[in-house]
Amino acid sequence: MSSELEVDFLASSARALADPQLRRNFRRAMDGLMAKRAAAFPDPAEWTRTRALGAAIRAKNLLKLPELLERLEKNLTKNGITVHWAGTTAQANQLVLDLLRARGARAVVKGKSMVSEEMGLNHFLEAHGIESLESDLGEYIIQLDGEMPSHIIMPAIHKNKDQIARTFSEKIRNAKYTEEVDELTAMARAVLRRKFFEADAGLSGVNFAVADTGTLCLVENEGNGRMSTHVPPLHIALMGLEKVVEGLDEVAPLYSLLTRSATGQAISTYFNLISGPRSGGEQDGPREVHLVILDNGRSRIFRDPELRATLACIRCGACMNHCPVYTRIGGHAYQAVYPGPIGAILTPQQEGAGLHHELPHASSLCGACAEVCPVQIPITHLLIRLRREAGHEDPGSPVLGAGTARSRLEDLAWSAWGWVLGHPAAYRFASWCATRCWGLLPAGAPVLKAWTRSRSKPGAARSSLQERARKRGVPDV
Amino acid sequence: MPSGHAPVPDFAVIEEKRWDPRERAERLRRGMAAVKTEFIEAGPGDWPRAVVDFILRERLANLLFGPHTTEGRALAAAWPAQGPRLVPYDRPVESFKQELFEGIDAGFTTTLGGIAETGGLLLAPGPFEPRLLSLVPPVHVALLRADRIFDTLLQAFRELGWNKVLPANALVVSGPSKTADIEQTLAYGVHGPKRLVVVMVS
Repeated sequence: MSSELEVDFLASSARALADPQLRRNFRRAMDGLMAKRAAAFPDPAEWTRTRALGAAIRAKNLLKLPELLERLEKNLTKNGITVHWAGTTAQANQLVLDLLRARGARAVVKGKSMVSEEMGLNHFLEAHGIESLESDLGEYIIQLDGEMPSHIIMPAIHKNKDQIARTFSEKIRNAKYTEEVDELTAMARAVLRRKFFEADAGLSGVNFAVADTGTLCLVENEGNGRMSTHVPPLHIALMGLEKVVEGLDEVAPLYSLLTRSATGQAISTYFNLISGPRSGGEQDGPREVHLVILDNGRSRIFRDPELRATLACIRCGACMNHCPVYTRIGGHAYQAVYPGPIGAILTPQQEGAGLHHELPHASSLCGACAEVCPVQIPITHLLIRLRREAGHEDPGSPVLGAGTARSRLEDLAWSAWGWVLGHPAAYRFASWCATRCWGLLPAGAPVLKAWTRSRSKPGAARSSLQERARKRGVPDV
Repeated sequence: MPSGHAPVPDFAVIEEKRWDPRERAERLRRGMAAVKTEFIEAGPGDWPRAVVDFILRERLANLLFGPHTTEGRALAAAWPAQGPRLVPYDRPVESFKQELFEGIDAGFTTTLGGIAETGGLLLAPGPFEPRLLSLVPPVHVALLRADRIFDTLLQAFRELGWNKVLPANALVVSGPSKTADIEQTLAYGVHGPKRLVVVMVS
């Protein structure tokens, strides 16, 4: 997706910061989500133990990932669900298109799926003459406006209801202008009911795929996920290969951590467990269920034992809700499918550290993301690792495009620094100069300007530590 | 994250969550009422009458149901000859889709139980109670036996044997359909049922 855009995080975040409406919308939404999450974990001991359980489950699942994927395929197949493997998003798109074409499908309704955003599936299908309609209310709103989600759970969170009211009145046929949320919701219901009724196929994401039972789990509140997966005759589910868990028991704590972390709900309205198409005696349900399992860089991430933790993510969005950077610039500024702290570590690994080398720097390293992560992903640690990977070619680094954001100026600075440290006379001279002349350097000097643009210029000591030590009679080493 | 040997998940934090039967029912009710689920109290003998009364009171034109369950038969036996229609869902959806989407006011299902910790009903749609019965009609009436309320979802998974074998579709429902996608303002009845009515039998 982002390769089509001019990727420039500094420029896009500056634009976002200068938009007071956007900032108000995010501030309000993120404050609300943080308060709801806090209320959902009132007992710190319960939180600590439940997330330790969640982290242990995800770590265990990832250690056994190849084996679990094979078991998942075997059990899904046994249940009558057809499994397809896609290495790239292009392959996944083609698989979906082939399935739809083979059945003459012209119109598709979609439940929410971040993997489909990775694939750019809507555009791909539209380009091939198939209508692909988002049915999650938030996704529907942004699809009407031709935008990308700005949050992985609440895709239209960057808009307020006046903006949505305008969109509906302009884009929905015969719609009147209203800012009443209930009326706006009713309008979407009316349009989409007809679409569910008519659709030739339904697409969905997957929250957890259970290897032991061959089950696809979908978490939702609206019922559009159930409509998309149970009304049309064909259901195609899309998932990243990291979504597999071993047993259904393990889903219980992960599901609880997911809904509580995401929106502060003890439980979602619907938790839909799909283990097969319509069986012989059934009156309804899809005739066929297919699952497309997408790699798109995940197996490369899996190979590095440290970076592998990125794949533990259950996509709750708590890291972005609590991130002082995300809450100020919103999701679009990241110019990536996954924004916020998880996006800042996932995107450079998936799409290349060179193209997105600024993203791991989109953090103050305050650690709020890691603190709220329900599966204990060491996000700050990985941010630092990826900052390094962007500028250095470590031999054998599994990171795509490692070292491609290398800066000549930075290299020069580091080698000069290294040379000075290796030559005591030069070091003494340099520190003498720095302590005496620092004050003469204007705050707006090149390089220093990047720091002083939003901070005051730091002061320097009048003499170096070495000089002062020598004055007290401490001998040079 | 450790990379050597697999960590062993310890489920004690969930397994310790236990409530006595009265508390289980109370917790379920509290959790689900908070998201606008309605409750009707009934006894083991008179719940069909309670369902009929609800349909009459709300002036609903009909109720869709699965005719081949024990509860379905009990409901049919108690249904009044005059007034709202009791419609059996006993045909493939293809021959019934228009009516299902446009002509049905409410759907009735049984449940396999409930969840005390968070609120929620356990459903296993299938040949006797089709998948769309609890989804497409604007009102979902669900029958819950108070003695079938589990402490936690984990306990339900284990005691129903779902952690070994699952029906083609299994479902947890905790309230009517809702969304907060517009300014985080809660709105009910977006795509699924606008109302969820639990008939609690104790």
